[in-house]
Amino acid sequence: MNDTNIHAGAEHQSSLSALEQQEYRQEMRNVVLHPLRHTGTLARVWIAILAIIFLFGCYAYYIQLRDGLKVTALRDYASWGLYISNFVFFVAISLVGALISSILRLTNFEWHRPLTRIAEIIAVAGIVFAGLIIVVDMGRPERVLFLFTHGRIQSPIMWDVIVVSTYLVTSVLFLYIPLLPAIALCRDVLTEKPKWQRWMYKFLAMGWDGNEKQWQIMKKSTAILSVLVIPLAISIHTVTAWLFATTLRPGWDSTNFGPYFVAGAFQAGTACVIIAMFIFRKAYSFEKYITELHFNQMGKLLVLLCVVYAYFNVNEYLIPAYKMRGPEAKLLNDLFTGPMSPIYWSVQIFGMAIPAFVLLFKRARRPIPLTIIALFVVVGAWFKRYLIVTPILLHPYLPIQNVPANWATYFPSWVEMAIVAASLSGVLLIITIFSKFFPMISIWETLEGEGIDLEKMDKKK
Amino acid sequence: MIEENENTDRRKFLKFGLLAGGVTLATGLGLKSGILGKDSESTGKKVKLLTADGQLVEVDSSHIKHHIAESKITALQAREGIEGKKFVMVIDLARCANARKCVEGCQTMHHKQPPVEWIKVKKMQDAVSLAPYWMPQPCYHCDNPPCTKVCPVDATFKRKDGIVLIDNERCIGCRFCMAACPYNARSFNWGENWGTAIDTAKTDKTDACCSTYSPETSTPGKMGTVEKCDFCPDMARKGELPDCVTACPNGTIYFGDANEDIVTNGDETVRLSELIKKRSGYRYLEELGTEPRVYYLPPVNRQFPFEEDTEIHNTSES
Repeated sequence: MNDTNIHAGAEHQSSLSALEQQEYRQEMRNVVLHPLRHTGTLARVWIAILAIIFLFGCYAYYIQLRDGLKVTALRDYASWGLYISNFVFFVAISLVGALISSILRLTNFEWHRPLTRIAEIIAVAGIVFAGLIIVVDMGRPERVLFLFTHGRIQSPIMWDVIVVSTYLVTSVLFLYIPLLPAIALCRDVLTEKPKWQRWMYKFLAMGWDGNEKQWQIMKKSTAILSVLVIPLAISIHTVTAWLFATTLRPGWDSTNFGPYFVAGAFQAGTACVIIAMFIFRKAYSFEKYITELHFNQMGKLLVLLCVVYAYFNVNEYLIPAYKMRGPEAKLLNDLFTGPMSPIYWSVQIFGMAIPAFVLLFKRARRPIPLTIIALFVVVGAWFKRYLIVTPILLHPYLPIQNVPANWATYFPSWVEMAIVAASLSGVLLIITIFSKFFPMISIWETLEGEGIDLEKMDKKK
Repeated sequence: MIEENENTDRRKFLKFGLLAGGVTLATGLGLKSGILGKDSESTGKKVKLLTADGQLVEVDSSHIKHHIAESKITALQAREGIEGKKFVMVIDLARCANARKCVEGCQTMHHKQPPVEWIKVKKMQDAVSLAPYWMPQPCYHCDNPPCTKVCPVDATFKRKDGIVLIDNERCIGCRFCMAACPYNARSFNWGENWGTAIDTAKTDKTDACCSTYSPETSTPGKMGTVEKCDFCPDMARKGELPDCVTACPNGTIYFGDANEDIVTNGDETVRLSELIKKRSGYRYLEELGTEPRVYYLPPVNRQFPFEEDTEIHNTSES
């Protein structure tokens, strides 16, 4: 892959002969299927650690179910905390599926091709745990079905339930449908796998044999989904922003909140994809397909998204700070110079300003530096969600008086931290386990970008 | 209503609204049968009632029959509210001396204990240069309630009589209403028997509130659900005032019916509109547009000088 075909359309014809194309395809298959055939010690240790953290979180949740939410640090004033900010974070990172697989696809940025699957699985894992963590936050999780039996469409929570579940279904389809040729490949090639796994491939492949009709339907469905997923992705995070913006609280009562959340979500999600790209490239030896060029492009994209996010931050914080209106002034002072200021400034500087500046230089957009910067962005994004939720609740209109000292502040309890850690490792577990059963790079999409049409090849067979 | 002309007393009775006694239509019916049925014996205890045209009359307490028992209030009735009423509260900030008896009265009545307070007393001082005052703060039972709007399952609702209630058998515990209430009027049952006073001495075993749950009594509380000041509609059905009103030694809190334009603090009964007009009543944070049903009378011509609180309340979770 070279610089000239970054923007070239799918019409681009490969200069390789038919035989060379076959060889290229075979080589790619071998590389991409390798992690499915072999699982190293490191991968096993990684999965075991994630599983232990996850199980410990399940135990913490059992404690919470048994004793109630009093085991959290949440109380009447800080009534939302780590769970809700983590929910917002998961919704945020799940938007990246739409950005990479859809917006870049529709705007003909050819380099997105080997990244679509990574982005989509992050989207699916993120949205699954967003849904789970919101149930964890509920005081009576056994009544979750009341949302369907007694639902009120006037409530922003219902909007969220609707868009999140629609986005989940769409994202799963968007992951699954372009995966069909790969599942069929696994079914045909991975004959050494246990019976249940072969049965799973056979079932999921839905009889894919690469005929013309199937390719047509698959490509058409993918194209339709890539359009559908954009408004859905924007709505899930806009509605999430509205959970806050529909209230009268100083700090949430903002007309800027929807676009501010969406901009932050694209920034955080892109950084997540960069980290995932780096890890998969190293761990699964994808150097030939995920190249320095991809890091360079993702780095440029991250600059743009950081700048857009900074723009919304100026609107969200500096314009109210110019006025210092009574109830908001207390909150802003707390964020700018008060007890919250170390987190606030770290997040704004290391999670947004410095990445935007440093990534202007090409040397910073090489894999290692870019991944380190992306880590800062992701950690910053996580803490930023925390700053959006709890400090606002601790700055109500009426003064907080005559309450136990722990009601007027918030520092998460071990149960909350364990559950949140479990949800984060749950996301990583989904991604890791998925990558052990399905190819993490879409073969047909990548080859199509190289001008090799798998559909034609299948026809020749 | 043919008999009305025959008995002027009774006509007055039928016109009676709120007051020390009757609050509900049910009470009205009770009155009617009390008058017609000659079987009830006079107790000699006089009860003051205010007629619709503003006259104060005394009747024998035996003439007042109470209520539908709480157990007979159906879930639908609890959601619809008391016919013909628009409950309202007026809090006279000139009278509040931070005695905190309203807080305790409310806690006793609802079997709550510190730090759970459905009515709070806050020290208000908007700026250092301004005079501090004490402000009792119940739920405002807003006419444009931000809390009921956001409830995903209709667990909290606005009734025809103006009261905002919570059904803890419906509440899923998402706490969106708590986030949406700009006054933090709502509290949450963070654990089993959270802030519940299990004091059998204080608990009347026949009291419906302790056995069967109704959104009107708000008790017993349930872990993982939201609760708050309920304006005591169960007391209103019995023709009694909320405990925060009767517990106050200074008559700070008035409760009544906006339809009848009458409020009382238990000692004096006044026209709501006149009280608001005469004393320049206002509603807290009017600019939020929530339209509270609780009015404040500004702390002018105070009955007590402002004194700082001498003790710290609610220092620990019980």
